[in-house]
Amino acid sequence: MSITVKFFARLREQVGKAELTLDSAGDVLSIWNRATENMPMPDNTLCAINMEYSNTDAPVKDGDEVAFFPPVTGG
Amino acid sequence: MTVKILSSAFDPWQETQQHQQSQLEAGKYGATASFVGTMRDFNQGDDVASMTLEHYPGMTESYLQKICDEAEQRWQLIDCLIVHRVGEMHPNDPIVLTVVWSAHRKEAFEACRYLMEELKTRAPFWKKEDMMEGHRWVDKNTPG
Repeated sequence: MSITVKFFARLREQVGKAELTLDSAGDVLSIWNRATENMPMPDNTLCAINMEYSNTDAPVKDGDEVAFFPPVTGG
Repeated sequence: MTVKILSSAFDPWQETQQHQQSQLEAGKYGATASFVGTMRDFNQGDDVASMTLEHYPGMTESYLQKICDEAEQRWQLIDCLIVHRVGEMHPNDPIVLTVVWSAHRKEAFEACRYLMEELKTRAPFWKKEDMMEGHRWVDKNTPG
């Protein structure tokens, strides 16, 4: 069982890591809680599973990549 | 349809011309609409010396492709091109280029606007401005 968790931009700085691996699944919110040691999730946080936007209650499976990041500001 | 993420400076006019010459069939398109976003030297009343653009390799390209696909489904287009910079950039550097080719102007104008607005709200890019004192992440884009 292996879940890759990634943080980008301001969230990466706040959490203090860019990437880590977890060894058990759950939903997106439980992945956040374990990856950040229960840091409160900022209100406007965006989540993705395998590079597709998702909700915090979406299920995460073995081998998935879960990403957390702030609102996007490209262009 | 072409999507490019570049980590060094680019010339939007050269990219457009090169794409048009290599990918489009002469005589088929009657309208070309393009948008170029360029880095300013000010934001929210402060001087900005440089800026760093971060992205999510893989997801960013995939969303840019998705946005082009949607535009091609919604309007009758001949081709789309999106070029976006990442990494460190300076005032006057082009940040983004969107170009749409179609038979008639309505489709080209509308689809070009669509590409930009969707890119700004869905493609994972983040701007960090380097100021005189430290840096700050840009929280949200200015309304279009």
